[in-house]
Amino acid sequence: MAKITCGLGTSHIPLLGHIIDKGDSGDEKWAPIFDGYQFTKKWIREQKPDVVVLVYNDHATAFDMKVIPTFAIGCGEEYHPADEGYGARPVPTVKGAPKLAWHITESLIKQGFDMTIVNEMDVDHGLTVPLSMVFGEVEEWPCQVIPLAVNTVVYPAPTGDRCLALGKAIRAAVEQFPEDLNVQVWGTGGMSHQLLGERAGLINQEWDLAFLDDLKSDYEKLGAISQVEYIRESGTEGSEMVMWLIMRGALNHEVNEIHRHYHVPVSNTALGHLIYENVDKKGE
Amino acid sequence: MNNNNKPYSDIPGTTVFDGDMARIGFHLNQFCMSLMQESNRTAFKQNERAYLDKWPMTEAQKSAVIARDFSQLIALGGNIYYLVKISSSDGLSVAAAVSTMTDLSVDEYIDMMRRGGRSPEGNRYVVNKTSEEKQ
Repeated sequence: MAKITCGLGTSHIPLLGHIIDKGDSGDEKWAPIFDGYQFTKKWIREQKPDVVVLVYNDHATAFDMKVIPTFAIGCGEEYHPADEGYGARPVPTVKGAPKLAWHITESLIKQGFDMTIVNEMDVDHGLTVPLSMVFGEVEEWPCQVIPLAVNTVVYPAPTGDRCLALGKAIRAAVEQFPEDLNVQVWGTGGMSHQLLGERAGLINQEWDLAFLDDLKSDYEKLGAISQVEYIRESGTEGSEMVMWLIMRGALNHEVNEIHRHYHVPVSNTALGHLIYENVDKKGE
Repeated sequence: MNNNNKPYSDIPGTTVFDGDMARIGFHLNQFCMSLMQESNRTAFKQNERAYLDKWPMTEAQKSAVIARDFSQLIALGGNIYYLVKISSSDGLSVAAAVSTMTDLSVDEYIDMMRRGGRSPEGNRYVVNKTSEEKQ
């Protein structure tokens, strides 16, 4: 049977992609950012996931103002890196996992999550930057990816509680899939940042670090944070953190945090990254 | 430029991109979206005014695009992820575009970010209320 083994959280700041694509990620200037992913790059080579369910938000790329799905799941065979206004990132095409994606979709809808089904779309930095940060510069991405796009661009985003519940439903769906697959769930975005207005540049390190602490065991508490509170405390774009709650909900109650990295700033944003491994317990 | 009578209307220096903003900014944002295509970027750069006139945008929105007045564009319903498609086609970084909405120069803004960003202290409420002191 398929199994969710690990969860990973990471910011998906576009500057990280620009640095990698220019070949500058080894530059000493950026070491405080990239050093925090050295562990991850080694770890992922040992883990060898078959499929990553990658939770991200589309930044006015595949979805414009015509159609704005709250939760959209990619069931396609492949996804091309998008031209976001400065040409597409020179990274490999993302291979989908359509059979598992359709299975998850059917299960989620039957569990009460009315997913939008996407068979063709380009993927932006929200999805490709996490792949680059974890896998580095590769000829082919070494796993299949199920994109799960969450609307965090137009108010309101889905609630934290709903995101936790979606994560739990994804876990239930994956565990019913008959093939032996090592599945990871990644939550991306954040941490604190605000890209508009006189208050632009807001960073709340205390808030971010408390979030990372609570995510391990007190995640139900995080589910109750309203979008208005996210905006007030961690900036308009700080509300992207609900996407990490989907990842957390998809894991067992008990997890081990095996890695954490936090750095301010990357461009306008606080960077956060962590890795959880499921603690196996009977009955979970 | 705050959204009035909403749970977020008391957050200073912040416009939440809600349904009201999405309605007034629909054509402005769809214009920005068109700049995802290289051929459209070229046409826009060749004659900005003529390109904008193809879109049913307000005169104020068109003028603010030509002036690259991001504060005004946000107030007129622009969403930052759409607006950065204008600054990206200009070859500007997101930070450079974002900084123009603050009272800081680009260099001052980048320096503020290097020093840990803008503190939330005193930036949570338009008027400091007791709930600010609670934090």
